[in-house]
Amino acid sequence: MPENVVLEARDVVTGYGEVEILHGVSVTVHEGEMVAVIGPNGAGKSTLLKAVFGLLPLRSGRVFLKGEDVTNQRTDEVVRKGLSYVPQVDNVFPSLTILENLEMGAFVRRDGRRDRLDQVFSLFPDLVTRKGEVAGRLSGGQRQMLALARALMLDPQVLLLDEPSASLSPKMVGLIFDRIRVINQGGTAILLVEQNAREALSICHRGYVLAMGANRLDGEAKGLLENAEVGRLYLGA
Amino acid sequence: MATIEAGRERFRAALRDYQRAAGGFLTGAGLWLLIGLFFVWAFFQHRDALVTGLVTGSVFALGAIGITLIYGILKFGHFAHGDSMMLSAYLAFFLVSGVIVGERQDTQALPVNLGDLPGAGERIWEFSFGYGLLLAMAAAAVIMAGVFIALDRAVYRPLRRRRSGIVIFSIASLGLALVIRSLMLIFWGADPRSYTRGFRSSFDLLGTRVLYDQLFIFCMAMLLMAAVYLLLYRTKLGKAMRAMADNPDLARISGINTEQIVLWTWGVAGALVAVAGVMLALQAQLKPEIGFIVLLPLFAAAIVGGIGSPHGALLGGLIVGAVQEVAVSTDFPLLGEVSPGYKFSIAFIVLIVILLVRPRGLFGAKQ
Ligand SMILES: Nc1ncnc2c1ncn2[C@@H]1O[C@H](COP(=O)(O)OP(=O)(O)OP(=O)(O)O)[C@@H](O)[C@H]1O
Ligand SMILES: [Mg+2]
Repeated sequence: MPENVVLEARDVVTGYGEVEILHGVSVTVHEGEMVAVIGPNGAGKSTLLKAVFGLLPLRSGRVFLKGEDVTNQRTDEVVRKGLSYVPQVDNVFPSLTILENLEMGAFVRRDGRRDRLDQVFSLFPDLVTRKGEVAGRLSGGQRQMLALARALMLDPQVLLLDEPSASLSPKMVGLIFDRIRVINQGGTAILLVEQNAREALSICHRGYVLAMGANRLDGEAKGLLENAEVGRLYLGA
Repeated sequence: MATIEAGRERFRAALRDYQRAAGGFLTGAGLWLLIGLFFVWAFFQHRDALVTGLVTGSVFALGAIGITLIYGILKFGHFAHGDSMMLSAYLAFFLVSGVIVGERQDTQALPVNLGDLPGAGERIWEFSFGYGLLLAMAAAAVIMAGVFIALDRAVYRPLRRRRSGIVIFSIASLGLALVIRSLMLIFWGADPRSYTRGFRSSFDLLGTRVLYDQLFIFCMAMLLMAAVYLLLYRTKLGKAMRAMADNPDLARISGINTEQIVLWTWGVAGALVAVAGVMLALQAQLKPEIGFIVLLPLFAAAIVGGIGSPHGALLGGLIVGAVQEVAVSTDFPLLGEVSPGYKFSIAFIVLIVILLVRPRGLFGAKQ
């Protein structure tokens, strides 16, 4: 494996109960890279993130984080090793305050919390003024920002994002994508699952197209944007 | 014709608006007003009963907060809570007197016990007990924390691994309650006992006789409630407990070791159960069946306040305790006096009335 791979999922097979959803999916993320995973509804994108993060046991295949095999490890171990995950829904603690939500994001950290807090607040200034409020009162967009902020409190090596732009207003989508780009420019590698394929590919370096639980296409984001098949299927061109 | 229809429609709309507004008032300010009025009325009309009720209520609150904690983290009703309280009371009794089986404690006591420590039985201040009982209570708290953790390992964790439903968990706890009660009967018999014999001194509070022991019980309960509050809102562990109650999946995702939080929860609940049990026995007496009888007011307190909410448990306990005592000392029109035998059923009435207007209790979460 080349030196600068931070996250690799190799031939992942997993599913729920009897049903197999992923039939051998592979993705690779390099240091500082932002990689998009796109695909139709039910393709298995969320399932892939859950499997990589260790929430779903792998039936076969492996997951490597910075070259270390973390397949089927306990989630708190994986988090300690620098992997953060923002689920698609229910991604904040509604009855905890914003500040407490952020503290939970840094739960496994022993030090440097103050610095992380400063950094996260400078990235999401909206949250500072409301830090004593409970997260349940936030609007959809602010909630999504808090979810991102919580995951960033870890100062992760790799950030897994599951459809951060889902059900947000177009203006909010732009804002969230802008923040994600800033996070990536700060050096955090990101694996971004998106329905908004065009926007996602336009800010990512590379992309994977998933269909029916298998890799369909992958390559440079620019190439995928111009790819005729991708255009027909997901970009509505 | 059309105007009549329109008029009807207007009337219906007005009625709907009125009902909505009245409902809003009844479930909001009106309910609080009613609760406030009750306490004011009880203060002037039934002060003795109110004081006794608040003391009993503070013990209910202490029990209810354990139920609320367990419910928040494990999402099931812990039906062994009342019996665990009584068991702790007996444990403390055993530690301080050495008595296991026997009719009279002076004949069958073990040779060594905490009560034999020099001066352990001498009354502290105006209380009816010495420091021996306090030591026994502390020891019982440690033991019960261990017992709860052990029970989790032996009973509840296997159920979690199998992803059993909440009904299975609750039935398991009910089974444990029966086991605990049988153990109490085997070791200490059915006869009532008490920590101390002899008189209890009292003082005058606004024309009401209050036992110093009652003052101790109330203060102890409030102190522990405050400690739980600090734990939940000021410490990392407590915040993680609340996070887990809120969204267990996200707690795991954040790197919180949820199994560890579960053990801490049992430990804290066990220690609280022990103190609540000793307070209960100090207020009333030691008797195996009390453990099951208090289960109703305990759950009523937890649910009235809004299950999962610590301040709800406090207020719920005080309300249930006070209403209970005041009701059995009131001469109702038509009904006459309520027999004290119905005391604990009154908790049920309070529960139903409050749930009717506010299905999630006083401090219950919205969705
Ligand atoms: N908890 C679950 N139990 C059983 N089946 C599930 C579960 N979650 C998802 N599935 C199934 O797995 C398949 C893939 O779902 P997944 O959520 O990974 O798709 P997705 O690509 O993220 O879709 P979307 O764009 O709608 O989020 C779907 O057929 C879905 O019905
Ligand atoms: Mg999805």
